[in-house]
Amino acid sequence: MRVFVSLRLVRRGGTVVLILEAVVLGILSGGVYALMASGLTLVFGVMEIINIAQGIFVIAGAYVSYALQQQFHLDLFVGLLITMPVMFLFGLGVEWLFIRRIKRDRVTLSILVTYAVALVIEGVLGYIFTTDLVQLHAWYVDASVQIGNFYLPYVYLFAFALSVVLLTGLYLLLYRTPFGRSLRASMQNRTAAALLGINVSRVQAITFGLGVALAAAGGMAYGATNTFNPSSSYDLISRLLVIIVLGGMGSFWGALIGSVLMLVIGDVTAVLWSPVWSSTAFFALLVVLLMFRPQGLLGWSEGRRQ
Amino acid sequence: MKVSPKVSIFLSVILLMLLSACNNSSQPNTNSNGQQPIKFGVSLSLTGDSSADGQATKQGYEVWQDYVNSHGGLLGRQVQMDIIDDGTKTEQAHTNYEKLISIDHVNFVVGPFNDPFTVTGAEVAARHGYAFLEGIGTSPSTFKQGLKNLFAVSLSATAYLSSFDNFLLSQPAQIRPKTVAYVTSDDPFTQPQIDTAKAKLENGGIKTVFYKVFPAETTDYNPIAQQLIASNPDVVVIGSVGLSDSAPFLQYFKQQHFNPKLIIATAGPDQGQAFIKAMNGATDGLLVPNDGWFPSVKNYQNDAFIPAYLKKYGGAPGDIASDSVQSFSTGQVLAQAITQAKSLDNAAVMNVLRTGTFQSLQGPVKFAADGQNSIATPFLFQWQNVSQQQNGKTVTAQTLIPVYPPQQAQANVEYPKPKWS
Repeated sequence: MRVFVSLRLVRRGGTVVLILEAVVLGILSGGVYALMASGLTLVFGVMEIINIAQGIFVIAGAYVSYALQQQFHLDLFVGLLITMPVMFLFGLGVEWLFIRRIKRDRVTLSILVTYAVALVIEGVLGYIFTTDLVQLHAWYVDASVQIGNFYLPYVYLFAFALSVVLLTGLYLLLYRTPFGRSLRASMQNRTAAALLGINVSRVQAITFGLGVALAAAGGMAYGATNTFNPSSSYDLISRLLVIIVLGGMGSFWGALIGSVLMLVIGDVTAVLWSPVWSSTAFFALLVVLLMFRPQGLLGWSEGRRQ
Repeated sequence: MKVSPKVSIFLSVILLMLLSACNNSSQPNTNSNGQQPIKFGVSLSLTGDSSADGQATKQGYEVWQDYVNSHGGLLGRQVQMDIIDDGTKTEQAHTNYEKLISIDHVNFVVGPFNDPFTVTGAEVAARHGYAFLEGIGTSPSTFKQGLKNLFAVSLSATAYLSSFDNFLLSQPAQIRPKTVAYVTSDDPFTQPQIDTAKAKLENGGIKTVFYKVFPAETTDYNPIAQQLIASNPDVVVIGSVGLSDSAPFLQYFKQQHFNPKLIIATAGPDQGQAFIKAMNGATDGLLVPNDGWFPSVKNYQNDAFIPAYLKKYGGAPGDIASDSVQSFSTGQVLAQAITQAKSLDNAAVMNVLRTGTFQSLQGPVKFAADGQNSIATPFLFQWQNVSQQQNGKTVTAQTLIPVYPPQQAQANVEYPKPKWS
């Protein structure tokens, strides 16, 4: 029996290694998606709006990184020191111009308004950069670190590290600062927060700006690991929405867990079974989960309590 | 400042209208002799997933329109392309072709990008008795629809990799590759190319060690690429629809220091400068099949097409996408048929198309009963370092050149391909 088991393990060795590699890549890629999804879920939690434009904000961030690299030869990560503040200000502008105006039926109207904003940004990006697919390049995009027979591209490690740093920063901002308290109070009850003297409009604007800045950072990481053009935003927003539904709308930790789960389940299914079933396996799990926990893994109430 | 939700929505609608205005590309033509221009309608994916290919297809049609109009027009009349965006949605393409025929009353309709859109457009055209000439829908499923009005000017998908297969099978036994790994999109244009090549190479004694189909909407290719690498093949065949799915595989192979003897991708490496940018210059030795056109080919009107294209869109001849060539070829063949028929009647033009032989940028064209071009010849192209004299200096640059069959080749196939630098 012992011999039989060990022979089986040897035979399956290749598959086990492939699964491990898929899990590692899934976790690292999941970190990048968490960065993009955290902004989306934060905006929903504070503002009760669904920001359909988050996908195009990611792509806009990738294009700003691309432009800085092409025009000024700035390293992608150094370029974030410009990209993130620029996109933060852009987010403030969009919030002031469009989002703040929505006073009733916020969820429904926000879908329409942010979709319109996304279409306009897509058109402008297409006009400036054309629809040619591009990818961000740097030495760490092509170079890899060897682990056994597997080469782990540096860009995945660096992008994951960026996600950890930014999400930790976001966590500290949310839980260790007066602004974070104001933000969480606004998430729990906007009216009560306003009665306590919190400038809810200001909190909302800054939150939206933060969401866009995080999306832009995620965009840099996305652009360094994928080819993209303005229409890449459609696939992104559908994935980001699924992540926050799985994790629980408005939940910061839910976005993290949802991102990693989506990527790992998809990658492992592709290895074990077939890429054709990657999405199916994930969505089947999502449906089952939502049957028992309609609010997602860390649902609305959980998100509000954070 | 307080603005009501209605105003907010109004602003959004205005922005949408501005966007539509940005995307609207129809350009009415003035007519030199007072007659109405001959209108050619087409639905193209100018936005959405296939927007890069849709835009390239549009360029080919627009260059053809300009070329014809600057050379006296067709039957003494100017021609005008009526182009509508379908947002990469087949149902929108259906609506667009209905509108073009029933409301805009275009004289002819021509083909969009991609097979499902081609079938949709051809079905609408068939209901109205219109011919449907096209250059991009060439998968077996397209020709199995029984559409008698369909005429594909380009090489059929199943024949795309035949030059590559012939090259591998022509190698002496001691250096001939023993194993091949295939990975392909489930796209109806792409998968038949791979399946046909796989069957042919297996019959020739080259073993398949990996075969996997991925959905066209896949975005994470790494686990598939990792499995492919683990199968350790001599040759890799990627059934890709463009840069979006070929570049991630190639990029991952490079990151993994994976160096098979040959790598071919069915689409993507043919996109000139865009491919070089996506691969950050690491293109040496990569192969791509070709449907019969390259910048220096001595085919019908190629000497006029390239300067006209470069004048309108800039760039270099090598940057011209195959979509543009295919749409220009469509215009060329339709123009010849109209000239021979001396009529704008679709039935008369279809009679000419069914019996005649035509010339195009991609070589000779003769239609089989199912609409396939029965006399098209494929080439095999490879990215190689080519030295050229420019202003008295020798400049070496990555260039996509024909390498097979030998009578069309500008160089030998680099076999095995150079390792990733």
